[in-house]
Amino acid sequence: MWGIEVIFKGKNFLRLLGGLGTALEISATAVLISIPLGIILGVLMAGKNPVIKAILRVYLDFIRIMPQLVLLFLVFFGTTKAWGWDLSGEVSSVIVFSMWGAAEMSDLVRGSLAAIPKHQYESAQSLGFTPIQTKMYIIIPQTIRRLIPLSINLITRMIKTTSLVLMIGVVEVLKVSQQIIEANRMTAPDAAFGVYLFVFVLYFIACFIPSIFARKLEKKWS
Amino acid sequence: MSELLEVKHLTKRFGDSSVLEDINITVKKGEVVVILGPSGCGKSTLLRCINALEDIQGGEILIDGENIVRSPKTSDIMSKVGMVFQSYDLFPHLNVIDNITLAPRKVQKRPKAEAEEEARELLKRVGLSGREKSLPRELSGGQKQRVAIVRALIMHPELLLFDEVTAALDPEMVREVLEVILDLAKQGRTMMIVTHEMQFAKAIADRVIMIDSGTIVEEAPPEQFFTAPASERAKQFLSTFTYENVR
Amino acid sequence: MDIQVLQEYLPLFGNAALLTLGLGLAGIALSIVTGLICSLVQYYKVPVARQIVRIYIELSRNTPLLIQLFFIYYGLPKIGIKTDPAVCGIAGLAFLGGSYMAEAFRSGLDAVEKIHVESAKSLGMNKLQTFIYVVLPQAVRTSIPPFTANVIFLLKETSVFSAVSLMDLMFTAKDLIGLYYNTTESLFLLVIFYLIILLPVSLLGTYFEHRFSNSGKGQVSKKTQSAVKKNRRNTEKEVAPNVGN
Repeated sequence: MWGIEVIFKGKNFLRLLGGLGTALEISATAVLISIPLGIILGVLMAGKNPVIKAILRVYLDFIRIMPQLVLLFLVFFGTTKAWGWDLSGEVSSVIVFSMWGAAEMSDLVRGSLAAIPKHQYESAQSLGFTPIQTKMYIIIPQTIRRLIPLSINLITRMIKTTSLVLMIGVVEVLKVSQQIIEANRMTAPDAAFGVYLFVFVLYFIACFIPSIFARKLEKKWS
Repeated sequence: MSELLEVKHLTKRFGDSSVLEDINITVKKGEVVVILGPSGCGKSTLLRCINALEDIQGGEILIDGENIVRSPKTSDIMSKVGMVFQSYDLFPHLNVIDNITLAPRKVQKRPKAEAEEEARELLKRVGLSGREKSLPRELSGGQKQRVAIVRALIMHPELLLFDEVTAALDPEMVREVLEVILDLAKQGRTMMIVTHEMQFAKAIADRVIMIDSGTIVEEAPPEQFFTAPASERAKQFLSTFTYENVR
Repeated sequence: MDIQVLQEYLPLFGNAALLTLGLGLAGIALSIVTGLICSLVQYYKVPVARQIVRIYIELSRNTPLLIQLFFIYYGLPKIGIKTDPAVCGIAGLAFLGGSYMAEAFRSGLDAVEKIHVESAKSLGMNKLQTFIYVVLPQAVRTSIPPFTANVIFLLKETSVFSAVSLMDLMFTAKDLIGLYYNTTESLFLLVIFYLIILLPVSLLGTYFEHRFSNSGKGQVSKKTQSAVKKNRRNTEKEVAPNVGN
């Protein structure tokens, strides 16, 4: 009914999961790149050098204000035009999502650092800690607690955002769905309902699990 | 030469506004000096200057004869000064024992076992045996403040600074903290205390200094200060703590 | 870059931007209504409705708009619910935005201290009066920064509308790149038009953020602060909100 049977026909189920896998792989790669990069940028943003801060600010604000799809277009179509690079959709997406993720992460890091009360620095100083020791033993451990749930939320957002790669021709779960619906057009004309509902549920599961996890950690550590 | 602390012609400004103006104070070893004054008079700032948390615009601060500002060894000198803040700033991510032993281990490079041993002893003294593994958020305000005092004590400072340590506490917790400080006075510790607890000040002080609008308006032994203050400003200040009987 | 091409494309992008903006604003308006209803249901703990709202919020927040649109546009017609692209875009945006707006409003409502509600009650105000004179004014204040962040987020999200064959900015850019290979000009105009739409809202957001964090200093209760912090997290933060000062 409603084409739900199509999902379980032949290898369709596995193909759909594989499609989701492609999107998740892109997310995972981008997350692995953007978290360390974002931490570095965030620490620089919280620092004192006004020139570095101004440059980063413009760069990060541009990335964060543009729709991610525009960034994908810029890299996917733009690099071909400007430098003759022929980046695949996958590579373009990893580049874009890493840059975007790093920008978001840097803001989380900057915010977490700013949220540490000044008194924590002063207590440490009055106990004789050097600035480096203060960072190592007192500030960073506290920041990490704040950052872990926020980073997990960022991963959820990353997974949602990777659905966009369809628009630059990456074969992911929506593309696979289209193929399956097309192939079963005659036998199951209503497959679109079942298949897209299934994809909806798949994405929900992929995002809901980390969300719950982040919420638990946040409660535990707040 | 038993002067532990000498503050000479200290001036502190925030931008254009002057917070402390030509402050001169000496504190001898074993002395307890209480600093009084209305809110915003600069008394907390004075303590923060002595603890090198603020840079100063004029004068000098000497601890054991060494200038805390111009010395390349500021941090060595500062290890002689311990401070307890109003907002009991325990490190939220560490339990009680780690809060106390982090600085001796990392700053003074003392062995962990020895530091923990001393921490336990001190905790016992302040009535907190058995709370070693508690996290700061599991403690009451008074308990937190006692841990903060232990955290300062374990560094073996020669001078202890207390910045309104009971101001953020519920009234019933004030006493347990003040008793710890009274106990320290009995041990002959050198202390500078900013407080609004007049009875406590009377009981603990060897000398009272009153600051108003960034200058010292009166300096006297407690008996004299509380019964027959010389300055008009001090009389006025003290009168805000008493109530006329209206019946 | 070819100036002539730019001139030729300008009206195309202009029309597309109007479409993007029109659909975006309609979707946002509906999101606000949905969000208000949901947040009130949660605030007053309306039985049953509350559970439904909870489920809706989870579904909406944990799925991408693109997938929501595919389901509405290609899936729903198969069970007899046909929508034209514009309605589908607005509905999708409202489905997504409703939950974000609900969280923004709810955090504002939660930030109002219980003691204020109790004082109002002890002064003899009824529930409605309490809500209008005591709760609402305070809640609005806390909600404004996450609200503007959501507006920006939702305007950005409209970029996937081309997937349901709406001729928005993305559609126009892709079309022109595919047809005439004027990549540079198309991408340039794409970026410029999104900046024209998003930059003013973003600046407004930064302004609010500053205004509310500065004027509130010293008066904002702990509870408000933590609620503000919480709703920052709940908002899909897309603008630099300058929390740092």
